[in-house]
Amino acid sequence: MFISLVAVIVLGAIAWMGGATPGLQYLFGIVLPMIAVVVFLAGFIWRIMDWAKSPVPFSIPTTGGQQRSLDWIKPARLDSPYTKTGTVGRMLLEVLLFRSLFRNTKAELRNGPRLVYWSSKWLWLFALLFHYCFLVVFIRHFRFFLDPVPVAIGMMETVDGIMQIGVPRLFMSGVILFGALLFLLMRRLCDQKLRYISLPNDYFPLLLLIGLVGSGLCLRYIGKADIATIKEMTMGIATLSPHIPALPISPLFYVHLGFLSTLLIVFPFSKLMHMGGIFLSPTRNLPNNTRAVHHTNPWNPPKTYRTYAEYENDFRDLMDEAGLPLEITPEQAAAKE
Amino acid sequence: MYNAKYIWPGIVIFIVLFSMPFWMNTGQEQYTRPQLALPAGEKECVEPAEWMRANHMQLLNTWRDMALREEQRVYVSSSGKQWEVSLQNTCMKCHSNYVEFCDKCHVSNSVSPYCWDCHVLPKGNQ
Repeated sequence: MFISLVAVIVLGAIAWMGGATPGLQYLFGIVLPMIAVVVFLAGFIWRIMDWAKSPVPFSIPTTGGQQRSLDWIKPARLDSPYTKTGTVGRMLLEVLLFRSLFRNTKAELRNGPRLVYWSSKWLWLFALLFHYCFLVVFIRHFRFFLDPVPVAIGMMETVDGIMQIGVPRLFMSGVILFGALLFLLMRRLCDQKLRYISLPNDYFPLLLLIGLVGSGLCLRYIGKADIATIKEMTMGIATLSPHIPALPISPLFYVHLGFLSTLLIVFPFSKLMHMGGIFLSPTRNLPNNTRAVHHTNPWNPPKTYRTYAEYENDFRDLMDEAGLPLEITPEQAAAKE
Repeated sequence: MYNAKYIWPGIVIFIVLFSMPFWMNTGQEQYTRPQLALPAGEKECVEPAEWMRANHMQLLNTWRDMALREEQRVYVSSSGKQWEVSLQNTCMKCHSNYVEFCDKCHVSNSVSPYCWDCHVLPKGNQ
């Protein structure tokens, strides 16, 4: 936890200094983000290719229901899918609604002592809020990268800021995103069992995202930045003709950009790759039809068979001599020739 | 590679989505910062221009509260100068050209302030 916290603070401080030093602005504002985008795209594809090249030796879908069996036994079509349609349905529910987090069964010893099993929905709820708000915030940011801004983004902003709180209007997604991230961090810190198994590479992405979202909220609501100048800079990057605008930009913006660049660079090599990995999980994307369809281990060498007929051909005379029963007697074999 | 018929479309979709800002801007002319119609006679705004660029909306909000809720009609700026707290008489005395001033940056950055839900939209210098 503390290593990650220090790392994030140091990164933020470096980005702040980079943004505050005129000579380093080009490095931190343009070179670093462009490298980050390339690393993100290349690293992402490399990881996917690496997974795609790995054979799946066994059919290992995780199941949460009755496998397809006799006709009068009702199968769980989504929790133990045995057709392609069922598997696709299960994947969609998993990717879009985080179905396996919804289950999240917990065993707890309550006073009594009494063992209680229950399904904890908090992780599911906040994970869902976090991911969807992040998506909304991500899409909203395209107003800085496209000109003219698509109508869809304007509509999204209208809905997001429908509460009309303050100026600039409060976007609900940003606040919920920040709250959900804090919950996900507190969950790791407050639950003893979870804290025990949490590693720096669990805390680092969380704290980095808190830094990213926090700096973003600051730029909008507290230490406001001039977005016209920022758009001049981001459009320079998007049209591949980058330049640092003549008008000054707050160093806080460079912190925001620094966190984003770090996130993009770290993304393909961290647990955040679950974004692509979920689609390539054999425990999710395989149908549970092992009793009906043979799963071939792709790394097995091609099989060489020796049939009984070949065996008998080789040893017919000896077998006949020993009095063993034969399918084709030596006389029949001779007659065939 | 296994399952190539699923992997390749996936990778293509990923690249197309995430490189959107780069390919959607091709063929367009170079983006330039919107050029605003600055007031002709006046050189000094309520606060320094650099501060106003980022914080004008906050100032407008503060002025609304001062004028309408606290009945305070005098604003002392950071330079010590006194200004009448009024949208019509102070702000729009100079910045009267809505289309060429406010709208320029707002449209370019997809900002849709709800000022004009209540206020009369300024119709330029006529």
